[in-house]
Amino acid sequence: MTTIKDLANKGNLFTQGHRACAGCGGTVILRLLMAAAGKDTVVVGATGCMEVVSTIYPYTAWNVPFLHNAFENSAATASGVESAYRALLKRKKTDKKINFIAFGGDGGTYDIGIQSLSGAMERGHNLLYVCYDNGAYMNTGIQRSSATPMGSSTTTSPAGSVVKGKMQNRKDLTEIMVAHNLKYAAQASLSNWSDFVSKVEKALAVDGPTFINVLSPCPLGWGYDTSLSIELSRLAVETHFWPVYEYEDGKYKINIKPKQVKPLEDFLFKQARFKHLKNEPELVEEIKKSVEEKWNCLLQKESSCK
Amino acid sequence: MTKIELLSGNDAVVKAAITAGCKFYGGYPITPSSEIAEGMAKELPQVNGKFIQMEDEIAGIGASIGASLTGAKAMTATSGPGFSLKQEHIGYAIMGEIPLVIVNVMRGGPSTGMPTYPAQSDVMQARWGTHGDHELIVLTPCSVQEIFKLTIEAFNLSEKYRVPVILLTDEIIAHMREKVEIEARSEYKIIDRAKPTVEPENYNPFDTKHGMVPPLAPYGEGYRFHITGLTHDHTGFPTSNPDLVEKLQERLRDKILDNKKYFNWYEERMVDDADIVVVAYGATARSAMRAIKDARLNNIKAGLYRPITMWPFGYENIKKIAKTAKMILVVEMNLGQVKGEVERAVAGTKCKVKFLGKANGELITPAEIGTKIMEVMNV
Repeated sequence: MTTIKDLANKGNLFTQGHRACAGCGGTVILRLLMAAAGKDTVVVGATGCMEVVSTIYPYTAWNVPFLHNAFENSAATASGVESAYRALLKRKKTDKKINFIAFGGDGGTYDIGIQSLSGAMERGHNLLYVCYDNGAYMNTGIQRSSATPMGSSTTTSPAGSVVKGKMQNRKDLTEIMVAHNLKYAAQASLSNWSDFVSKVEKALAVDGPTFINVLSPCPLGWGYDTSLSIELSRLAVETHFWPVYEYEDGKYKINIKPKQVKPLEDFLFKQARFKHLKNEPELVEEIKKSVEEKWNCLLQKESSCK
Repeated sequence: MTKIELLSGNDAVVKAAITAGCKFYGGYPITPSSEIAEGMAKELPQVNGKFIQMEDEIAGIGASIGASLTGAKAMTATSGPGFSLKQEHIGYAIMGEIPLVIVNVMRGGPSTGMPTYPAQSDVMQARWGTHGDHELIVLTPCSVQEIFKLTIEAFNLSEKYRVPVILLTDEIIAHMREKVEIEARSEYKIIDRAKPTVEPENYNPFDTKHGMVPPLAPYGEGYRFHITGLTHDHTGFPTSNPDLVEKLQERLRDKILDNKKYFNWYEERMVDDADIVVVAYGATARSAMRAIKDARLNNIKAGLYRPITMWPFGYENIKKIAKTAKMILVVEMNLGQVKGEVERAVAGTKCKVKFLGKANGELITPAEIGTKIMEVMNV
């Protein structure tokens, strides 16, 4: 298992020179991701907060080759890079092991990028796709996405006297990726950093497409104090809101099972995007019900695969 | 009663769209147009309209086309990369003759370009971005007040001619706040699309018996008909019969060009005695207005021609200017797009065409235009 010391010794491949907000979860995800991946890595980033903040002239936070294409096609572009690399291997122009990582936020992954992601996974490119899921289009001003949780107020699903924020449940992208028969797919949370790091290592060791979905707390979009990002990540796990699990060679494993499950309100009401729900107990119950259904479904999948 | 409000250009699109009777918005966030989606998300439910945020730019316009076919006035808004993604659907709306308003807040390109900086580099894409021969209408406002006015006109033209209308703004006028005078809705001329007067069983969606723009029945009122992106005859069903296809292609062109006189909008300032006429539009026209005044103080007879209807292009308006002016200076935030059209317009006259363009994200200032005027006039 990787220790903090191991990570520190690997050096920073995602380093200073970015301009993310204080308390941004996304940059911590990228830093851990790169520490686990190592320097022989090519990164393809979709348009989004992390692309914007990490590559502002004259700086770059990337100590590896970094390629930004458009909003909808990081997985497609990574497919091309990886295929070219395989051609080089075949012609014996290189024998170096290189990791290919594509990433995007939830807008660039769940919504506009799902077609290119699905295509890359189906074709079987040897690449890891990481989604940093902060639950809305934060870069353009907090518009709802298909990853936005039910009840969340965003600028295009504003909570008002009639409509109480977004009225649909979030899309379960991790399960959509599992349905692509991947050898490895997982969900991770920053509160459990070593779990995330070992998931990246596992995914990169697989020959074939892999996927990791990481919850990415956003102080601005979620509306909380910048010191609380890791605490909110933890609460998301401890309330079952964001199950930390993996799907490996056809088997499910829930990596973190909270001993004492905390009430969902502990997670919701630390964030301004849910504050209007304090007067909506029925809606909170509905959200709780769907969170628990997902959790129980995962438990069932875990036990039936044993 | 006139209401005075301080609005950004994007706010003005929202207010005007609601005034025009827009009932549907299929949206997707993109800088610098996202405020239009956000505004419509708040406003539409209050007028029993519907805002849907879609999963991408293509779906945003796709949903708007679907909504329009039910009889609702529909729109979408975007910028640069999103406008590129919407092109196929713009062609579909032209072919299916589906009323639709598309706002493109121009930013620097190509590709992701400069999301938060202004440009005027989509003028040609607005005209020719979708494949195939086609005509459509593109409007270029230069102030927040004019954005309000032209948003309403965009809906009117779209409904009247069954054609997508593009409102081409730029990052400067979209985010700039200005005083806007807004009248009661009854003070504005609002055009609704013509509905069929025949019984459903006798209805053909592309029947030109009574004019070049056939009435469009809303889905859901008992009229059963076919819409397709394939070439089609008056029934709407696909055909590749050369005679019918030719008739269709020519009608799609002529219904716009033959009616051009009704929306050949432009502004001229001090053109009559001008030796040099600046051609500028959008935010750039604001700098040009100041520059021609300053030039007059320096005893240079300068004027301004500002296209408000960008497409179909006002070739004849420019040709008229070219008969009296010695020189035309085209000023635009790109490397030369309208310039080429002006050159076509003045061909055969003695009028010379000069150019001042910039595609680096910076506004072209009055001083830059003034210096260029002095330079080309050899003062």
